[in-house]
Amino acid sequence: MALGRKSTLNRVLTVDLPMLAILVFTLGPYLWMLLTSLTAESELFTRGPSIFDLVWSNYERLFANVGFARNMLDSFIIAAGTVVVGLTLSVTAAYSFSRFDFRFKKVLLLQFLLINMFPLVLLILPLFVLMRQLGLLDTHFALIVANSTIAIPFSVWMMTSYINGIPKSLDEAAMTDGCSRLQAMRKVILPLCAPGIIATGIYIFITAWNEYLYALTLGGQNVRPITVAVQTMIGEYQVQWGLLTAGGIVGALPATILFLIVQRRLVGGLTQGAVKG
Amino acid sequence: MTTTSVPEQEGPTSGRRAALWRQVMPLALLSPAVLVTLAIVFFPMIQTAWMSLHNYVLFRPKNFDWVGLQNYFNIFQDEVFWISLHHTILWIVITVPAQALLGLATALLLNQKFPWRPLARALIIIPWALPSVVIALMWAWIYDSNYGILNDLLLRVGILETSIPWLANPDTALYAIILTLTWQGFPFFAVMILAGLQSIPQSYYEAASLDGATPWRQFWHITLPGISGVLFTAILLRTIWVANSMDVIFVMTGGGPGYSTYTLPLYSFLEARTNLNFGYGSALAMTFTLMLLGIVILYLKRSAKAVQ
Repeated sequence: MALGRKSTLNRVLTVDLPMLAILVFTLGPYLWMLLTSLTAESELFTRGPSIFDLVWSNYERLFANVGFARNMLDSFIIAAGTVVVGLTLSVTAAYSFSRFDFRFKKVLLLQFLLINMFPLVLLILPLFVLMRQLGLLDTHFALIVANSTIAIPFSVWMMTSYINGIPKSLDEAAMTDGCSRLQAMRKVILPLCAPGIIATGIYIFITAWNEYLYALTLGGQNVRPITVAVQTMIGEYQVQWGLLTAGGIVGALPATILFLIVQRRLVGGLTQGAVKG
Repeated sequence: MTTTSVPEQEGPTSGRRAALWRQVMPLALLSPAVLVTLAIVFFPMIQTAWMSLHNYVLFRPKNFDWVGLQNYFNIFQDEVFWISLHHTILWIVITVPAQALLGLATALLLNQKFPWRPLARALIIIPWALPSVVIALMWAWIYDSNYGILNDLLLRVGILETSIPWLANPDTALYAIILTLTWQGFPFFAVMILAGLQSIPQSYYEAASLDGATPWRQFWHITLPGISGVLFTAILLRTIWVANSMDVIFVMTGGGPGYSTYTLPLYSFLEARTNLNFGYGSALAMTFTLMLLGIVILYLKRSAKAVQ
C-alpha cells in the first residue's frame, strides 16, 4: 500500500507534472487568445482579460461589421473545390501505383514527393504571372488550382499507402468472378478505401482552409479567404485585439475540429512524410 | 509484381488487345494526376527559371529583356541576400533542434502510462492544425509591447524592469519568431517520435532491466538507437519545411524592423510582391531552391529505400 502510494507520487512528479507543463505551453497561447476574444474591448486595456465576465460582443461585431461570413464562404468554396480536384485525380493514380509495375514507377512516385519539398515562392511567382495573363486573378478557380499543387501530391501518397494496405487477393478474386480490372477497382477497392479517402479529403480541406500566401497573392477584392481577412484586420484594427482574436478563433475553428476528428489516421501519412507540417 | 492473371477465354486477337490494354491501363490511370501536376507545378517552375534570366519588372510589362545570368551575379553582391542567408541559417539551426528536443521530451512522456494520456495526445497536436496567420496573430498579441502577456508576466516576476517591444526590436524580433515556430512545429516531432517509440519491442526493456541496466543506459542503448531512423527522417523533413516557411514571419513582422527578420524565401517573395521585380525575385527563389536541394535529395533517397 505504501509502495503503491509512493510510485503514484513518483509518477505524478516525473510524468504528469512535466506533461502538464508542456500542455500549458502548447495550449496557453490558444486559450489566452480565446479569453481575449471574450473580453469587452473597453476592459482589455484597463483591467486585462478575465474569466469572470465574458461577453460575445467581439463576435457580434465580427459578423455584423467586418463581414466575416462572406470570407468564410470563400474559404469553404476554395477548400471544397481543392478536395474534389485532389481526390478525383489521385485515387486512380494511387490505385495504379499500388497495383501495377511499370517503368519509371519509382521516379513518378518520388516526383510527387519532390513537389512538396519545393519552396512555395518558386511556384507563387509564376502562378501569379500566369493567372494575371489569363485574367483569372481574384477568382476561386485560381486558388483551387494553386491549392491543388499541394493537395494532389499529398493525396497520391496518402492514397497509395492506404491502398497498399488492402490485400491484392481481393482484386484478383473479383476478377476471377468476371469483373474487369476497372470494375474491380470501382466496386471492390474504392468502397474499402472510403475511410482513407475521407481522412485524405479532410486533411486537404484543412490545408486549403489554412493556406495564406496563395490566398494573399492570387485573391483580391472579390475572393478573400478567411486567412487573408484575418491578416487584413491586423493592419486595420491594430489596437482592437478583442476583435482580432475573435477573428482568429473563428478562422481556426473549422480546421481545429476536423483535425481532432481525423488526427489518428493522419499519423500514418505523417510518418511517411506526405503530410506537410 | 504484375497481378494481371485474368483468365482469357477469347480468341488470340482480343487476347493481344487485352495484353496491350494491360500495358496501357496503369499509365492511363496515372495520366490525369501526372498531366495536371506537369501543367500546374512543373511548367510554372520552368517559367520561374526562365523569368530569372530576364529583366522583368511587372509595372513595365513590355520590357522582358534577356539578361542571361546577370540576376545571379547581382545576388552575390547584394548585401540583403547575405543578411537573409545568415538569418535563414540561424532560423534553421535554432528552430529544428529546439523542435526536436521538445518533441522528444513530449514523446517520451506520452509513451508513459498515465490516466489522461489519450487526452494529452489529442491536445498536443492542436498548434499544428491552426492556420499560420492565426498563430502569427496570437503570438503578436502575446509579444505586444504595451499590453502583451509576456511583458506583463516578466515584469511581475521581476525578470524585466521595463517592457520590451519584442517584435519591434531588431535584436529580439528573429528570436521571438523562432520561439513561435518552435511552438508550431514541435508536435510534429512528438507524434513522429512517439510512433518510433511504440515500434521498439517491450521485451528489450525487460531484458535490460533484468540485467540491471539503469533507465539512463536503457534510454541510451535501446531507445535512442530505436528511434534514430525516425528522428533523422523527421529532422530532414522539418529542415526543409522550416527553411521554406515564411508565412509566420510575413504576418508577424513582414521582414522588419529593417532587414532583421528577412529569410531567403521571404526576401524573394517581397522582392516580387513589393518591388514587383519578378526577374530578380525568381533568381532569388532559384538560388534558394538550389541551396536546399542537397537536403531534399538526401530525403528522397531515404524515401526511395522505403518505397521498395
